[in-house]
Amino acid sequence: MKPAPFGYADPTSVAEALDVLAAEGDGAKVLAGGQSLIPLLSMRLAAPTALVDINRVAGLDRISASPDGVRVGALVRHAHLLASAEAAAVQPLLGRATANVAHPAIRNRGTTVGSIAHADPSGEMTAVLAVTDGSVTVARPDGSTTVGWRDLFVGPLETSLHGAAVVVDAFFPALAPRSGTAFAEIARRKGDYAVCGAAVVVTLDEDRRVAAARAAYLSVGAMPEVHDLTDAVGGKPVDSADWTAAGELARTLVDPDGDLHASADYRRLLVGALTARTLAEAAAEAERRTP
Amino acid sequence: MTSTERTISVVVNGVPREATVPVRRLLSDVLRHDLGLTGTHVGCEHGVCGACTVLLDGQPTRSCLVLGVQADGHRVTTVEGLSRSDHQGGQVLHPVQEAFRECHALQCGFCTPGFLTTIAAGLDTRDATQPITDAEVDELVGGNLCRCTGYANIRKACRHAAEAMRAATGAEVATSAPGEEAAT
Amino acid sequence: MTTKYFGEPVRRREDARLVVGKGRYLDDIGADAYAAAFVRSPHAHARVVDVDVGPALDVEGLLAVYTYEDLTGPMAEPLPVLIPHPQLTHARTGYPLVKDVTRHVGEPIVMVVATDRYVAEDAAEKIAVTYEELPVVVGVDAAEAARVLVHDDVPGNIAARHHQETGDVEAALAASRHTLSFTQYVERSASMPMEGKGVHARWDDADSSLRVYSSTQASTSVRAAIAAKLQLSLEKVEVIAPDVGGGFGVKIVHPWPEELLVPMAARLLGHPVKWVEDRREHFVSSAHERQQRQEITVGYDDDGRITALDVLVWHDNGAYTPYGIIVPINTATQLLGPYDIPVYRAQVFSVYTNTVVVTPYRGAGRPQGCFAMERTMDRIAQERGLDRAEVRLRNLIQPDQFPYDWGLTFQDGRPLVYDSGNYPAMMAKLMALVDWAGFPARRAEAEARGRLLGIGMAPYVEGTGPGPYEGAHVQVLGSGKVLVSTGLTSQGQGHETVFAQLVASELGVPMEDVEVTTGDTRRFGYAVGTFASRAAVVSGNAVALAARGVREKALRIAADVLEVDASDLEIADGVVGVKGTPGATIPLRTVAVLSNPLRYAFDEAARQATQFAGTSDDSKPPVSPGDAPGLEHTDYYSPIRSTFASGAHAAVVEIDPATWEIEVVQYAVVHDCGTVVNPMIVEGQVHGGVAQGVGGALYERMAYDRDGQLLNASFMDFLMPYASEVPPVDIDHQSTPSPLNALGIKGAGEAGVIPGSAAIASAIEDAVGRRIAAMPISPSELYDLVRSPSAERVINSSPHETGAMA
Repeated sequence: MKPAPFGYADPTSVAEALDVLAAEGDGAKVLAGGQSLIPLLSMRLAAPTALVDINRVAGLDRISASPDGVRVGALVRHAHLLASAEAAAVQPLLGRATANVAHPAIRNRGTTVGSIAHADPSGEMTAVLAVTDGSVTVARPDGSTTVGWRDLFVGPLETSLHGAAVVVDAFFPALAPRSGTAFAEIARRKGDYAVCGAAVVVTLDEDRRVAAARAAYLSVGAMPEVHDLTDAVGGKPVDSADWTAAGELARTLVDPDGDLHASADYRRLLVGALTARTLAEAAAEAERRTP
Repeated sequence: MTSTERTISVVVNGVPREATVPVRRLLSDVLRHDLGLTGTHVGCEHGVCGACTVLLDGQPTRSCLVLGVQADGHRVTTVEGLSRSDHQGGQVLHPVQEAFRECHALQCGFCTPGFLTTIAAGLDTRDATQPITDAEVDELVGGNLCRCTGYANIRKACRHAAEAMRAATGAEVATSAPGEEAAT
Repeated sequence: MTTKYFGEPVRRREDARLVVGKGRYLDDIGADAYAAAFVRSPHAHARVVDVDVGPALDVEGLLAVYTYEDLTGPMAEPLPVLIPHPQLTHARTGYPLVKDVTRHVGEPIVMVVATDRYVAEDAAEKIAVTYEELPVVVGVDAAEAARVLVHDDVPGNIAARHHQETGDVEAALAASRHTLSFTQYVERSASMPMEGKGVHARWDDADSSLRVYSSTQASTSVRAAIAAKLQLSLEKVEVIAPDVGGGFGVKIVHPWPEELLVPMAARLLGHPVKWVEDRREHFVSSAHERQQRQEITVGYDDDGRITALDVLVWHDNGAYTPYGIIVPINTATQLLGPYDIPVYRAQVFSVYTNTVVVTPYRGAGRPQGCFAMERTMDRIAQERGLDRAEVRLRNLIQPDQFPYDWGLTFQDGRPLVYDSGNYPAMMAKLMALVDWAGFPARRAEAEARGRLLGIGMAPYVEGTGPGPYEGAHVQVLGSGKVLVSTGLTSQGQGHETVFAQLVASELGVPMEDVEVTTGDTRRFGYAVGTFASRAAVVSGNAVALAARGVREKALRIAADVLEVDASDLEIADGVVGVKGTPGATIPLRTVAVLSNPLRYAFDEAARQATQFAGTSDDSKPPVSPGDAPGLEHTDYYSPIRSTFASGAHAAVVEIDPATWEIEVVQYAVVHDCGTVVNPMIVEGQVHGGVAQGVGGALYERMAYDRDGQLLNASFMDFLMPYASEVPPVDIDHQSTPSPLNALGIKGAGEAGVIPGSAAIASAIEDAVGRRIAAMPISPSELYDLVRSPSAERVINSSPHETGAMA
């Protein structure tokens, strides 16, 4: 289990990284945290011709929180985001989800943006990007663009990014007023990829009635998707909303696959259970944040 | 624009080291085979077992999930670097190494270096004056696989080491501030 | 006063090097060695039509490529069947490299040697093998159906029909008041040590000799295999097991193909060669164990006492039978547990499948046997409306029934005779430890929280310490250092410590003076190996006997010098003295110097010894007939038969009916391995075994698809428990010493794993009220089970109700 040969570059600027990527063509891959990529290399399930290691690019390791949201640089490690009180204050879902990413040693090296660029439907941060309606900033030789999550994810482990492109940050909009979030996942072993997980946001109106409820799931479907569950609970006073009904609704909306660790039916069961559980938690937070 | 071999400089266990390595060589292999530090063990090479965990700039990191070239210019601590010299030709073990011996927290010893580096880093960065909680122990021992011990004694050693470190802080406080002690 | 060592929780001496990274494991040896890698079959069953090594030849750093065509002499013959058995009528083994047909994914086809492992893998990747795929057999059911054969010349895929009985079971069943029959399954897991296998070989051309390091559980046998296969004289081959990163059975198959191929390459290339198995190779080419289908019929009376038991086992032995049928024999004989069963019949069909070979994994057929017996007990209890513990208690062998002769033959070929035990006391301890009687209240409390709680128990009896023998050599040097060597190997069991404790106790020397070497054929040539919970029993007794031999010789020499009778002497703290009389003493190290009449004064010890030397008797030779120079002794212990340890486990599981997640919230163990040398080490063995038992019950399985592809060949998908998945374990001990050996020891290595699946299945069944007839079980499977209309409903009687009835 040793990687096949590849060329290596460790540029110190995004521009330089893009130059290398452009020169190397489609066989080149960007290396950030490497916690998903390097095992694939060692198993020879991936054999890029070149790795463009962006770890020496300055300025990508910052988290900037503003009232609008949290911008997470491409070299921000999961552990950094997990520890960021500023990020949690603006979008509490970030820390809640990141706490579920693998184990501490992986979180010390792996990056939030790398997880997103890896487009793994079982990844925590892909679901979080979706449910918060986030986006990424993509640098290309002809300039930077913002790509919304819906345009980014096109399939399992597949994004719309091709050619010379570096995701330089991800932007997670701030939690709206009178809103709350929750995250939960069930894994076979603690720290494993989730068998199923849910990231949810609940928003109340000024009368503490449920105005909106939406959820994104992990390991359910080929790519992240946001499901609007407002129909099941919308307009209900928060303390009498039937979160189980929302779970039931969610079960009808998802189309999970079965695999080694869980049948499709079991995933559907978990979607229902986790939806009910997390919506109730999120609603409680929303209530606390409602004056 | 890309290279296939690099000469890297890494401060390993406090000692500056140089090696010329193929760029694809994993840090675990560089440490073991280029630098001769065979205390770091390789159990799965896909980042799950944790046996190869070293401290990269002080942070527990799977050395099988980092390329050797990526360590260029960084600090690495391996299990060989956890103890310190007593300046009389002997070694002073890290409290967690001592506790692993005391609590029978290892059997075959193959996973042990990864546990030791991870737990040592965790204990060294927490507030040693506070008693360790079960949640902290869970976090410190939770990411590494062991097939021999069933983890019971690893947990015990983790608590033991935390207690020893706590006692050590207490002793220092007592000697540096005897007046306070007298006052209470 | 000599410090007491025997029976004490002495800290392990191994750990001094292991906690500072100074262990010496296989891959730590030979930094300059060439590296081997293998092209392994991607197909479960295929004819190898062509191997084209051409594309690999331009890989820079490639040194050699070997296929079957390159094997000569005995290397070109099939690998040995280690333990033939008359009922293993169709034994089959593979070749070191596939000859014509590959029979499981992972079988080695080509060996590549290169300057390093990266390059070797580059070359291996470029070798083009052409296959003609053949139909595949996966699982015991498909093997039994035999629509496809794994070996053309093995009808019905049946390697062995094993059959034992203690009486006319059919008549006894017919005469039984009640009978019940059922079928159940156990799935595959594997030893999965943290260090894979590995071999390093160095050929000394001038000396025509070979030194091999192998991460093995049986270095003496590997040595003999290499010598035979490479046609070398035994004394030209040394095999050393260095620090070994766990074994649990998988490193006892000797030889693994690589243990022959790597030395062959080292010899041909005249340069050290090393192969270090990676995790993916380990999954697809190192042994698995456990899959069985069990068909059980039991007869019992109104009180739930068993009157007859008939068991038919379909055992998946994988593609080959290098290790014979030890595992299914263990199932057949160890299934009986602590119960007094008047008439018993076991029939085992050991069948071929296109999967990795099956050889012992810790427990070696016993966990399956325990699963069969204990699930039977649960069913009888349910049928009779009795508490499950009560049914077990009623069937126990009583303390006055020992030795209990089953009239069966155990896996060591010796009579199955339980030597000692106290099963009622053991069960009483377990019920107290887990608070069996108080469980209904706990269940009610859990129900109030919306959780399902269940409890289960499973006792077992384990035959340990089989022969034929182990030996040991003990030698006292003039420095006072005591060298101990035994041929069996260590994989983390703490032998260096335990054997040092034994020698320090027997010889009366400080433990610091004792140095133990295991698994090094340079030091001790005759050994069987570390498996079957036998090290402490067999090598332990051999070490004690060798130490006693040294002690006798030391006392004889000292008696001459001190001019007293040897029976008046004692040894304490390394000094020989007269009992009860201070003054007249001689250090043991001096006795060691005196034991050799050739005493050049190379050191202070020799100079000091001259004061004791006395005058020589000119009428006798310096070394008397029958005597030998040196204070050393070699001895062997050969047990008459196995000794039977016992234990009982109980598990409490909590299940969330919203998600069907299963948590083991309590795990209780009562353990009896006779006399204990080091209780700390024994507890460690129990802890580790329990973790593997929990893993086997809830997490681990080898997920083969119908094409024989192993779908979860990584630590990502083969779910070995982390700390988060292993429950805390409460342990209570009991000690019924073995009457079969002088130390009273019974084996402890495997015990912890045996009852895991049985106890946990019982607890889950108790919690959800549905029959559990296959293990392991995942939450997803449990969910399927509880909503399946065809799932059998199960009601256990609570201890309280039974008490009222009784």
